[in-house]
Amino acid sequence: MSTTLKTAALVGAVATAIAAHGTAASAMEKEKCYGVSLAGQNDCAAGPGTTCAGTSTVDYQGNAWTLVDAGTCAEIDLPGDRMGSLEPLDRDLPQT
Amino acid sequence: MTGLIADFLPALRDAARPVPDGVTDGAGRPAGRRFDVYRNNVAVSLIEAMETGFPAVARLIGSRNFRHLARGFAVAHPPRTPVMMGYGQAFPGYLAGMEALAHVPYLPDVARLELALRGSYHAADHVPLTPDALAAIPPERLEDTRLPLAPSVRLLRSDWPIVEIWAYTMRDGAPKPAGTGQDVAVLRQGFDPEPVALPAGGFAFLRALQSGAPLGRATELALQDTPDFDPGASLGLLLGHGALCQPEDLP
Repeated sequence: MSTTLKTAALVGAVATAIAAHGTAASAMEKEKCYGVSLAGQNDCAAGPGTTCAGTSTVDYQGNAWTLVDAGTCAEIDLPGDRMGSLEPLDRDLPQT
Repeated sequence: MTGLIADFLPALRDAARPVPDGVTDGAGRPAGRRFDVYRNNVAVSLIEAMETGFPAVARLIGSRNFRHLARGFAVAHPPRTPVMMGYGQAFPGYLAGMEALAHVPYLPDVARLELALRGSYHAADHVPLTPDALAAIPPERLEDTRLPLAPSVRLLRSDWPIVEIWAYTMRDGAPKPAGTGQDVAVLRQGFDPEPVALPAGGFAFLRALQSGAPLGRATELALQDTPDFDPGASLGLLLGHGALCQPEDLP
């Protein structure tokens, strides 16, 4: 691509980006309002070791393992038939 | 290190090891049960750190499955630093190596996305580029202008629709995932990281900007990757999410 063409393309791209910003900015402000409730509903973005992570409680050591298909992934099916459901995690897992 | 000290840490991390000799209750008697409680609290705190850091993975396979996995992970990959906010970096690879999870092939990528969200959250702040400042760049200088990405931007490629899978898992009312692989940018406006699926060529463009390429070079690289790449769409996305930094050499 020649420099002139590239400059023209970039000028167009910048114009497009700035024009889109007017509409995007108002949508963004609205999203900001929702942000507060989403943060409370979701798990904390800061991750472990921060004040929003829970403190530890005593759990039973090992052995309490049972086979469950409790996860959301069993509901998801995507193109490709191997996506159907979660197999029980009954093998190859580290024993504690 | 010898004796008690040398035995203590390995025994703390692995419940299969015996209580180290020399752990006593103060009256000289062995204190195996006390050590077990302590050891268990270490394991549980690491499991809970993992569950806090990977909520989408936990929901995808269920909390009990996740906690079992996390316990094994904590034994194989104990923390290397007392700072827990980065714990779990090796988890995607650990998940990918689990034969029992081969039926959930997208799981490692969801874990990568969750690490990217967390990394983005903890990244440095920046002053976002304003539309006015972008508009003020003279056309003839655009090609050589460097618009650095915010330090909080994270880029990922996946063979799976991971943004949709993540949203379906984490957000009420999100549609069921459909479709194929996605290029993803985690963009943080203010304090909330947000995963955004990129348009075609966007990944190459953002990666070039991230590595310091000027606009002209970044556009060339994106066009090599995707012949019908549209720089306007990618620039608009970055500008709209406040993901570009105010360059130092702009007026």
